[in-house]
Amino acid sequence: MLLDLAEYYVEQNRARDKKSALLRGRTIINLFFENSTRTRTSFELAGKRLGGDVVNISAEASSIKKGETLIDTAMTLNAMLPDVLVVRHPDSGGVKLLSEKVNCAVINGGDGTHEHPTQALLDALAIRRRKGRLQGLTVAICGDILHSRVCRSNIHLLNTMGARVRVIGPPTLVPETIDRLGVEVFHDMKAGLRNCDIVMMLRLQTERMQGSFVPSIREYFHFFGLDHDKLACAKPDALIMHPGPMNRGVEIDSEVADDIDRSLIREQVEMGVAVRMACLDLLTRTLASNAPPNGGARA
Amino acid sequence: MIQPRSIGAGRKGGPPIAYVNARLLDPASAMDSLGGVIVADGVIADIGPQLARAAALGARGIEAVDCQCACLAPGLVDMRVQLREPGEEHKETMASAGAAAAAGGITTMICLPNTRPVLDDAALVESVMRRARETACVHIRPYAAVTKGLAGREMTEMGLLAEAGAVGFTDATHAVADSVVMRRALAYSKAFNRPIIQHPEEPSLAQGGVMNEGEIAMRLGLTGIPIVAEVIMVERDLRLVELTGGRCHIAHLSTAAAVDAVRRAKARGINVTADTAPQYFALNELAVGDYRTFAKVSPPLRSEEDRQAVVDGLKDGTIDAIASDHAPHDQDSKRLPFAQAAFGMIGLETLLAVTLELVHNRRLSLMQAVAKLTSGPAAILGLPAGTLAKNAAADLVLFDPERPWRIAEKKFRSKSKNSPFDGRPVQGRALKTLVDGAVVFTLEE
Repeated sequence: MLLDLAEYYVEQNRARDKKSALLRGRTIINLFFENSTRTRTSFELAGKRLGGDVVNISAEASSIKKGETLIDTAMTLNAMLPDVLVVRHPDSGGVKLLSEKVNCAVINGGDGTHEHPTQALLDALAIRRRKGRLQGLTVAICGDILHSRVCRSNIHLLNTMGARVRVIGPPTLVPETIDRLGVEVFHDMKAGLRNCDIVMMLRLQTERMQGSFVPSIREYFHFFGLDHDKLACAKPDALIMHPGPMNRGVEIDSEVADDIDRSLIREQVEMGVAVRMACLDLLTRTLASNAPPNGGARA
Repeated sequence: MIQPRSIGAGRKGGPPIAYVNARLLDPASAMDSLGGVIVADGVIADIGPQLARAAALGARGIEAVDCQCACLAPGLVDMRVQLREPGEEHKETMASAGAAAAAGGITTMICLPNTRPVLDDAALVESVMRRARETACVHIRPYAAVTKGLAGREMTEMGLLAEAGAVGFTDATHAVADSVVMRRALAYSKAFNRPIIQHPEEPSLAQGGVMNEGEIAMRLGLTGIPIVAEVIMVERDLRLVELTGGRCHIAHLSTAAAVDAVRRAKARGINVTADTAPQYFALNELAVGDYRTFAKVSPPLRSEEDRQAVVDGLKDGTIDAIASDHAPHDQDSKRLPFAQAAFGMIGLETLLAVTLELVHNRRLSLMQAVAKLTSGPAAILGLPAGTLAKNAAADLVLFDPERPWRIAEKKFRSKSKNSPFDGRPVQGRALKTLVDGAVVFTLEE
């Protein structure tokens, strides 16, 4: 249902007048404790296109820099009576903790290495629009699985929707227990890509790494970087995705990333706005404006 | 109710008092019978089944307390307590920890040296002991650091520290990771007959970890601490004990692999002892749930198989003692995202009740459980405590092993409230606690 609603917003976003008044009088605060271009901007656009008032707060420019704790920040913002908080936090569970302390709805915009639910939703929308379905597709998620919240959310969503999920990466970047999430594990990229419909590349998250997980970028690209040679192992009509930001020449070759016939990467960004509009729409429907329900929307 | 030690019968300089009609439990002498105790001048003046009835006191004019068949045992000896005094008195003081201990039936606490400043100097050990005597209603004995500043490099003045009153040496929540430092500490401490108490965790393998490594950590997106981090350190230390002939006590075993390593070492006659804490036999990693920071402890809560192996280790004697591993933290240290929250939970007031779960579940006998809390730790540290012998200090706990209650954070006497056992229904509670013959705690109805 959320994806169907998002389809509707894709059309609205492509029209000349992108604005509606659905969220008029609603306040949305984007609270980002970690840098973001795509997620923050798309939530901001989503809120504005639905007619809501959107405020952006980033950790760099706020009291968090002055040593305010997460809970105090949450209480402060809560006192300003927003309807929705969109939160990104560098620690797993950080968004959950914050959501326990506020009365408004909370959307997880990514927490640590735990989850990034709206990214998984937009990925699903992008796939469904091109392939017409999710059921029965084989999706390979490749790269730094260990540090990826995008990967965890995608596994949950894709499995729920009936896709088959594989994860591919060097053993140091694939948690040993990941098979418990219902995925097939490959350490050989070509073998893992065989007969895949979707190739989802992940960024090497060096900022989350303590110590060395791969010996060099050169070696990593040689074995796990996506180029035309490796892509040839997947189905001929396999599509390439990447949640961004991309490190060209690290996990993905520029030629592949920019191949308009194969790459879904730019469409993913477009879908990001539509999906987030759908999330805000659905979420505010359940908000009684005078007594907003407690708790978060994990989407 | 917590009472000062300076009032009441039985204390030093006070009139004698008899506790009759009690189930006497003394693991040191394997006594389990109905009887009584006469406490005079702070010591056990007489004890035995012959004192079961007040009538046996004859016309000696001694006041008698009817214990109504509750268990009378040596006061508990808790061999691993973090006191926050000196340095972090907002989390706990000796007085507040003492009150909590008394309410938990504990009469002797051994405190870790990770205070601010670190207890790595004889003068500091003396000052802690003096301060403890002045402010706490139970006995407090300190460990001193193995290395200066707990930095893991330079040995402390172990001889002088032992003379000042340190009952053993430990780098508290840090492992002595450097093998040469550990080898020398084990060898050197032999001269002063004090054990080295090791936090068994290989730091490079545990680096950045916040909970047990495995499926749950993976699902929560948290960095794990692998089981091998514990067993590697235990195996190394066992080799070093064999090499040096020193004495090592391994604190808070949490994994099946490490329990097994200690079991095999004991079978080979290696001079090693071990303890665990209630959280490692009463909880598993599921307690972390949805990022509950109160369940963030070090070592981390492990899998269900590990938990059961810890119970087996207690049962077969591989694990000699149970300690609370009391680690008070204020809200500011715990109300944080999981990765940033402090490690540790409080445990003084729940030690007895949670340990008795093993008795109610028929995993340990009552005598075994009491031994792990009294004579077990006293023997490891060579303390004159944990026994009901005649002329021993009258450090006693009267407890009802069946009494049901619910652990409630609000009722904790500890200044900090960080317990994952909050809300847990348990059975068994201290009714009265005596230190040197003086009643320091009486349970109010």
